[in-house]
Amino acid sequence: MAHAYVPGLKVAPHTTVRKVRQLPIKGEILKNVGEKVLAADEVAKTHLPGNIIPTNIANKLNIEPADIKDFMKKEKGDPIKKGEIIAETNGIFGLFKSVVNAPIDGTLDSFSHITGQAILRENPIPVAVNAYINGVVDEIIADEGVVVKTQAAFIQGIFGIGGERRGELKIVTSAQDIPIEEEIIDENCKDKIIVGGSFLTYSAFKEAIKIGVKGIVVGGFNYNDIKKIIGYDIGVAITGQEDIKTTLILTEGFGKIHMARQTFELLKKHEGDVASINGATQIRAGVIRPEVIIPIKTDQKEDSEKKEIIGMDIGTEVRIIRAPYFGIIGNVTELPHKLQKLESGSLARVAKIKIGETQKEVLLPRANLEMIENK
Amino acid sequence: MEKKEIRSILATDCGSTTTKAILIEKREGIYRLITRGEAPTTVEAPFEDVTRGVLNSVKEVEELRERQLLDGDKIITPQSGDKGVDIYISTSSAGGGLQMMVAGLVKAMSAESAERAALGAGAIVMDIIAANDGRLLHEKISRIRHLRPDMILLSGGTDQGNIKTVVEISELIKAANPQPRLGMNYKLPVIYAGNKKASGEIEKNLDKVSALTVVPNLRPTLERENLGPARDKIHDLFMEHVMAQAPGYKKLMAMTDAPIMPTPGAVGHIMQVIARNEKITVVGVDIGGATTDIFSVFRDLETKEPVFNRTVSANLGMSYSISNVLAEATLPNIQRWVPFEIDEVDLRNRIGNKMIRPTTIPQSLEELKLEQAIAREALRLSFKQHKSFAVGLKGVQKERTISDAFEQTSSGVTLVNMMDLDLMVGSGGVLSHAPKRHQAAKMMIDAFLPEGVTQIAVDSIFMMPHLGVLASVNEHAATEVFNKDCLIRLGTCIAPVGKSKPGKDYVKVELDLPDGTKFKKTLKYGELLLIEVSYTAIPAVITPASRKIDAGSGFGEVVNTKVYGGNVGIIIDARGRRPFLIPTDPKERVEKLQEWSKAIKEFDEN
Repeated sequence: MAHAYVPGLKVAPHTTVRKVRQLPIKGEILKNVGEKVLAADEVAKTHLPGNIIPTNIANKLNIEPADIKDFMKKEKGDPIKKGEIIAETNGIFGLFKSVVNAPIDGTLDSFSHITGQAILRENPIPVAVNAYINGVVDEIIADEGVVVKTQAAFIQGIFGIGGERRGELKIVTSAQDIPIEEEIIDENCKDKIIVGGSFLTYSAFKEAIKIGVKGIVVGGFNYNDIKKIIGYDIGVAITGQEDIKTTLILTEGFGKIHMARQTFELLKKHEGDVASINGATQIRAGVIRPEVIIPIKTDQKEDSEKKEIIGMDIGTEVRIIRAPYFGIIGNVTELPHKLQKLESGSLARVAKIKIGETQKEVLLPRANLEMIENK
Repeated sequence: MEKKEIRSILATDCGSTTTKAILIEKREGIYRLITRGEAPTTVEAPFEDVTRGVLNSVKEVEELRERQLLDGDKIITPQSGDKGVDIYISTSSAGGGLQMMVAGLVKAMSAESAERAALGAGAIVMDIIAANDGRLLHEKISRIRHLRPDMILLSGGTDQGNIKTVVEISELIKAANPQPRLGMNYKLPVIYAGNKKASGEIEKNLDKVSALTVVPNLRPTLERENLGPARDKIHDLFMEHVMAQAPGYKKLMAMTDAPIMPTPGAVGHIMQVIARNEKITVVGVDIGGATTDIFSVFRDLETKEPVFNRTVSANLGMSYSISNVLAEATLPNIQRWVPFEIDEVDLRNRIGNKMIRPTTIPQSLEELKLEQAIAREALRLSFKQHKSFAVGLKGVQKERTISDAFEQTSSGVTLVNMMDLDLMVGSGGVLSHAPKRHQAAKMMIDAFLPEGVTQIAVDSIFMMPHLGVLASVNEHAATEVFNKDCLIRLGTCIAPVGKSKPGKDYVKVELDLPDGTKFKKTLKYGELLLIEVSYTAIPAVITPASRKIDAGSGFGEVVNTKVYGGNVGIIIDARGRRPFLIPTDPKERVEKLQEWSKAIKEFDEN
């Protein structure tokens, strides 16, 4: 019998996470393989060339460009200080000299006897990348960065906005079906990653940004409100670079949807632990989903690496991901291979699902089911 | 392998959302479609390998046909006894939409022209990098790396200008060493459309790290803008190199017996065959999850020779791109097709959820109606884009002056003349798998607004991509299956053009039906009518009710022609064209939509 290959989001209590940490241009690696790192530690750094300031020396000194070399007080590559004389005429008997002062701190990059122009460069700009997660350096990418490895609880969201953040997990709702309202957000949430149940109201999100919450992990949010937060419509799901201080990760989707119990329980178990999160999402071939990584201290070997990836089968726990049973968890009891007619009139491959506590059995299109990877 | 030896053919089409497999076998000397299977395309975790979806769709075919096609993860070729198939071929559009970065010297000048060229080609512009955009170098590099664009368009400098800054931007791209999002199978395409004097330096910088193509400057002088060459190159590169790519593509290449064809290439081939064989004008559409492809064959305005045009709207589709349809069409335009009242927040959430879970399908009738409402807008917008591209053999590229540079209108005169259109063909999930063919016909009529007398057909089970690639291997087999199993004739739409007033006579239609009876009816403005009659030629007399109405022979002129029935029948659309109006009052709108829906038996509840 064919397995039904359906997408699934990972909710793993214990797995190995590897993260590539890369500089924008080549630079220096600060850590060695095997070295322990904390999330905030710099693992690689570099200096970007400073900005260029062109200065027309010939014009300023009223000389011919071809003669510029005779009047320069600095050689190519020399450091310069703001206000320092970099070019000067001899004047008449040492008087009435014309001078050009350096407008910046930096270096003299070059000067041209064709244009009479000197190119000054500001001091290099330091750029560094941090480890993002507590862990161990597993690999060095020569001159570019490192790969950090850690044992962690790992949760994939379905959609997020905002970039990398780190903070202590704080559960703000009593259960996975309770929404995060504005009143729940208070000063105690500052610098925390807060976790709630079914829904985040727009006013609660605004309050969270105001207070300085690092991140929010929640079941659902209104699609409409994303535009209100970031200022534009998301046409295709490519996110992560939004200019917001509070990263948002949705575990289920848009609208009011209970957070999956396993997800909520796992996050609750780690309340008080420090998590690294990233809202970056790219839903297209080569998908990227938002993530919550909670490094754990353990000597145990994780078991998910050994698990062979197989598709949906009898007994598989699935989440229903489309109306009318959106968000409900159930178990596969039958996978008929003949096409079946849906209420819409379409013919589709279906699965029989026993729904949650009610034990009711319904036939649903397999395409509307999502495996919950929780091992 | 000799063509005559081919007994069985397995073909797959890897769409961005669904992978479809068909099995063709030669029976009693004729190639016929035997069965089909489908499975979600597996570009997502935990599989991230397009061949998984392929194998699963083949497995479905195997189960339905009750004959072994797979040996583990291998398709058995050639056929041995009752096992396996003689050839396996595939098309792909699994790579999905086109997301680009554009770069230029000055944000308000060359970078903006580049953005217009990219938008004109249907791309989403992820970021605009300009020398003067206020960001630091490393911020720009990080941005290029993070966004993983499918393509970069670099422009800058007039042809007489200095070359330094544009070369600096190319150095920035070189430093970022951008990697294509789908792995290392190919290099990231970069198109250079800037100062021609800098081409040499640009090549030095980018030739090794990217697949560089140089096209004429899109801003040759400050006052002139020439977007055509860059726009067309973006379009071609996307279709040929980006959209077919997907995780596991290399594995798939190793499995097939012929090169994988991009889906629009394959469907375009079939559309041309229809136009050539029947000597007619055609508009075809393949609406997918990430992209919508439109094909047309119209006569050149001067030479009267048939001209084929193909456009891929890279970010208009029914799953991955569905939110972009909402963003581009705007909510009121989608809502106008929804035949019930729906809360705006709820509608947006449903669209958002389809975007983030693209492989789901509508289970309830209400969900189906919503998807079909969105499909109408995706089709309408794609067709709008197609019209601006379909500008004749030489592509009459008008260079625009600075005064009209800010308009989004495109260059040239479109060849698309709806009054001259003979046949509309629909393909793609939402059209081919509509539970009733009436729904497919209505979606196409609403979106494309055919004028005069136009036949409508649909791809029976969404197999045109497969037959397109099959034609490259065995045209005979492809043609046989196409004629017998693929093209379903739905009927004819009679739609006069011109304004009138509700309740006033609009058009009189007289038909000599095959059972010997005469049909004669005058429709009032705003009415829609279906005459159920099968696929035969039916003599028709169409008489406009006033001189302000054109039914195909000129305003006020009577049309004497033959019309064809089909699986749906003959639809007389007296709702008017130019303009075609839907009531704006929500209650009135819902009533009207339901009335039209009922008139053509769109849903079984009708």
